[in-house]
Amino acid sequence: MGADTAVASPQKSAGADPDGSGTARTKGGARKKRDDRKAAWLFLAPALIGFALFYAYPTLRGIHYSLTDYNLLTDPSFTGVDNYRRLIGDEQFINALKVTGYFVVLNIGTQTVLGLLLATLMHRLTRSVALRAILLVPWLVPNVTVGLLWMWMLDANLGFVNHVLEALGLGTTGFFTSPTWAMPTVAGVNTWAYSGYTALLLYAGMLQIPHHLYESASLDGAGEWRMFTKITLPLLRPVLALVLVVSLIGSFQIFDTVAVTTKGGPVSATRVIYFYIYEQAFTNFRMGYASAVAVVLAVILGVLTAVQMRLLRASRSDLA
Amino acid sequence: MTPNPTPTLVPASRTAPGTPPRKGARRRISPGRIAAWTLLGVALFVTVFPFYWMIRTALTPAADLYSDSTGLVPDHPTMINFLRVLGLTSQAEAQAAGGSGAHLDFLRYLLNSVVYSGLIAVLQTLFCAMAGYAFARLRFPGRDAVFGVLIAALMVPPIFTVLPNFVLVKNLGWLNTFAGMVAPSVLMTPFAVFFLRQFFLSIPRDVEEAATLDGVGSWGIFWRIVMPMSRGPLITIALTTTVWSWKDYLWPLLTGREEETRVLTVALGIFQQQSPNAQPDWTGLMAGSALSVLPVLVLLVVLGRRLVESLNFTGIK
Repeated sequence: MGADTAVASPQKSAGADPDGSGTARTKGGARKKRDDRKAAWLFLAPALIGFALFYAYPTLRGIHYSLTDYNLLTDPSFTGVDNYRRLIGDEQFINALKVTGYFVVLNIGTQTVLGLLLATLMHRLTRSVALRAILLVPWLVPNVTVGLLWMWMLDANLGFVNHVLEALGLGTTGFFTSPTWAMPTVAGVNTWAYSGYTALLLYAGMLQIPHHLYESASLDGAGEWRMFTKITLPLLRPVLALVLVVSLIGSFQIFDTVAVTTKGGPVSATRVIYFYIYEQAFTNFRMGYASAVAVVLAVILGVLTAVQMRLLRASRSDLA
Repeated sequence: MTPNPTPTLVPASRTAPGTPPRKGARRRISPGRIAAWTLLGVALFVTVFPFYWMIRTALTPAADLYSDSTGLVPDHPTMINFLRVLGLTSQAEAQAAGGSGAHLDFLRYLLNSVVYSGLIAVLQTLFCAMAGYAFARLRFPGRDAVFGVLIAALMVPPIFTVLPNFVLVKNLGWLNTFAGMVAPSVLMTPFAVFFLRQFFLSIPRDVEEAATLDGVGSWGIFWRIVMPMSRGPLITIALTTTVWSWKDYLWPLLTGREEETRVLTVALGIFQQQSPNAQPDWTGLMAGSALSVLPVLVLLVVLGRRLVESLNFTGIK
């Protein structure tokens, strides 16, 4: 890259190009626009290759697979919209959608309320980093570990929780094996794993709220509940909305916990959509059909992500 | 962001007992404060206790599981479960201690996990920083369009690319190699490019301009000025990437099941499947689980503040 000391200053003062390094400017001639083309492609090469190979190509490929019959062994054969037509009549698919919806409602509902409660408590009581670090541990641990840990805690015969329930005279429950309790249990386990993380995100948002608001409210004799509803909640709304959408997107993609604990059972009670895709693709080797289900999930998540990006822009401008 | 304590502004009389706790009532013990701290205490207990129970179980001999499953401390504490999942005992010893006889080598899985998440964290951060810098500072035709397309990849959910990427890696003959396992994530992730670009945009240009005048090219500026100035955000990205890849399950399960590349999460899943359903090898499973938590705790102790505070601005992921 050349060192054009002399040319750099007049351009800078013109304010036309505030960019840092000056290369190949002379090439542009009269336009006097810097062009870092060569350097740029060098900087971008890995990311662009990664994008093309592992994002763009597979996206197109996935849409293509969804229009084929493909078992991984022979070449995919084009079948048009057959897979989608079959989807509509597939009770397992409808069940997967329902079950996933049930999970998302249970998980997001409890996780958001708990996260908000924990964040508010921390915000009003303490700035302790150690406390926050401890609350973060369940999120730092792999979901597989979390699943195993709670399978053991909730084991019908030897699990600690059932010992406690028995001691209280409530009798034991096969949490992961009862069709009624399996899904609430999976949701509860995920809530346990992610509430601390949610709380920390919300807490970070609460720190943005000017502290003097609480002081003047306190001077006016407002209680904690009033401060929460009149100051915290309204001013937290952009962050809260963002956190909610991010958790929603994550929640729709529940897989690990189910794969470890219930494997979709009992009787499809926890056969969530991500797990259904996995089974179709890698147990039944129906790659084409699995891709069609993935397209549906992608559409749902795409809408949510679009909302997220909107909110992101909104929250940025609000807090700036 | 530290609060501004102004206790002097509040006359003591205003904080009469019985009123709800308020900022002015600092350090005063009120029922509301006690209730709030109790709630936090309960949350901490619920968070920590399962981990305690995990370790307690891992230290219990399998034979004692039925007779000794309620006490807070095992009657006959033992390290045998850790030793056998680490593959440090003979097969006969492992079976005598409750193992199913399947070979276990958690030392290797632990190492594989470190390699897997280490490779992803370091390379992804580097390549995304390079891309972010190009988008933030370099001028070239089509810059904003290319950036827009890259960011649009945020809308593509992982499950959608998992199937075709699996086929791709399989066709490349990369199944059960680290190359195949990390390939889709090392080169870029839209979020990191976006996040680092935002940060680079916020760096004042003066220093870079001065360096340009001194004849330093963009590569030199990137390495000698921009990267050192961006240590915070770079560590943030690397750290969150480490955590996410440490937790990865589906992708390594599909592409790296074999012993040589098996990471901890996959190993735990397989271990559980091999363990008989009627009588799971809980002491071994909890020992393996504890080993997957250990590095996380190390990370937290060494980088706790950084990790906790990094959540402040990566909340988008």
